[in-house]
Amino acid sequence: MIRDKYAREIETILARYPDRQSAILPLLYLVQKEHGYCTEEGIREVADLLDLDPTTVKSIVGFYTLLYERPVGKYVVQICNDLPCALRGADDLVEHACRRLGIRPGETTSDGLFTLETVKCIAACHRAPVAQINLEYHENLTPEAFDALIERLRTEGMPSADGRIPGVVGLEPELSEEEGRGATG
Amino acid sequence: MLQPHVLLRDRDVPNIRDLEVYEAHGGYAALRKALTEMTPDEVINVVKASGLRGRGGAGFPTGVKWGFVPKDVFPKYVVVNSDESEPGTFKDRQLLEGNPHQVIEGTILTAYAVQAERAYIYCRGEFYQPAQVLQRAVDQAYAAGYLGRHILGTDFSLELVVHLGAGAYICGEETALLNSLEGKLGQPRLRPPFPASVGLYGKPTVINNVETLANVPPIIFNGADWYRQMGTEKSPGPKIVCLSGRVNRPGNYEIELGKVTFRRLIYELGGGVPGGRAVKAILPAGASAPLLPATEEVLDTPLDYESVQQAGSMLGSASVIVLDETVDIVWAAHRMTAFFEHESCGKCTPCREGTYWMLRLYEKIAAGTATRREIEILEDVARQIQGKTFCLLGEFATSPVLSSFKHWREEYEAKVKAGR
Repeated sequence: MIRDKYAREIETILARYPDRQSAILPLLYLVQKEHGYCTEEGIREVADLLDLDPTTVKSIVGFYTLLYERPVGKYVVQICNDLPCALRGADDLVEHACRRLGIRPGETTSDGLFTLETVKCIAACHRAPVAQINLEYHENLTPEAFDALIERLRTEGMPSADGRIPGVVGLEPELSEEEGRGATG
Repeated sequence: MLQPHVLLRDRDVPNIRDLEVYEAHGGYAALRKALTEMTPDEVINVVKASGLRGRGGAGFPTGVKWGFVPKDVFPKYVVVNSDESEPGTFKDRQLLEGNPHQVIEGTILTAYAVQAERAYIYCRGEFYQPAQVLQRAVDQAYAAGYLGRHILGTDFSLELVVHLGAGAYICGEETALLNSLEGKLGQPRLRPPFPASVGLYGKPTVINNVETLANVPPIIFNGADWYRQMGTEKSPGPKIVCLSGRVNRPGNYEIELGKVTFRRLIYELGGGVPGGRAVKAILPAGASAPLLPATEEVLDTPLDYESVQQAGSMLGSASVIVLDETVDIVWAAHRMTAFFEHESCGKCTPCREGTYWMLRLYEKIAAGTATRREIEILEDVARQIQGKTFCLLGEFATSPVLSSFKHWREEYEAKVKAGR
């Protein structure tokens, strides 16, 4: 139950909006952090916290790309194949990713580690091909760099994600000096 | 290219995202000036006089928009549209990551001008990393007293919240964004009424693009006359142009409106086309404005709102995607139609059903099974959608289809299944 584990965070989030329905996205992100996707139980809990109908909450989950209605892999690999990226080799990268992971877009590897998705423009067209993995950018992604990235995730995981709730900011002190470097330029 | 930069100041000043560095380079001096020397109406009038136009795509005069907010209705809100999702657009992301304090200062100045006490920066969900950088800057601003109660010891207070969406291009449409921020489906509202009178939670709301608000601190600090020295009379100021596709140096380029042509952008700033190939077509505003064939006249068109409109398209957000001579135009139009079909919110029939059928027809064309009649139907469906949609997403979805038919019909005809 997110209300037990994230009581402090929930209180902070609710205080940000004059109308608590506005908290629906941050709370669903909390559910997703906790359960990996928006479970029925999580949806009911959010509905209860916000005094909404569970159907209303579920309709929100269905509407948005980044909220998942079914289990996904530990790492969701989202490769953009929109027009500007496609002009710079994104389709080839998608095919490479499919071969490397042994799955098609929309599927999850049998070990539960990776879900592969193709997505629309993620504002990195100048560094295409590009992927986001659990909302972290990986740009100028050649097939070799993709392979190295997958290997690193398999063996070392994603330490940068520890303690963070993808989709919600302002709950803890943000980036250190070092982490803040490397902006778009 | 503008030197020094007015907006992309991270290019000139390393670490301007840090409060200390921002302050050392004039940061928050505009806010101090406005709060201590100017009334809210004076701030609105300076922005009106500057001629600043919205940088999210519509180009509506910003000061005029602020002027629509009723004086006697409270509370009021400022919402910063950071939903940047138009294909080929990555300028707002650089502002958030590279110069977040200028965005914050612009937001505070806007809130002061219209007397709002709460501001939300709505970032698309995929901007989780840029939002972390932005939040750090927000935390710094609070700590320094630029946000919160009694800013700089005045009567003016402002709470600022960074809110993330969850992946929906339609949430870049102002009223859909407000619905999403209210925790509802991100579908657009009927207008009128406009957000300035009935906005967030039904209250008067100013909603502006990130880049638009980043212009406000330099305008307030240096004045409207200074701002009008840049650009043209109808399109004053600096504009970040996003260049992508078949160019050697894709990226953000801050230019003066009206002073740089497509030719100069592509060949001088952008380093030309890989392989020395010819440019076949230009998309000036991502997927949402007509494709322009790369004629001499088009290449010599300056980048400003009026000139690009006269050339047969729109400047919009200035997301310039370059297609070279090897690009199959039908393939490009198909890819853009797939974008709109995916992003259609589903609220209105012409867009929801129309984008679905246009995409199905492109798939038949790609599979080589489309008849001549089906290609006619594709163009006809696009025409039938025009003028009938609840919001502009549906309208813009017809743009790649109709403009590709207009200038490259022979490429469609070549794909008709042999003998049919």
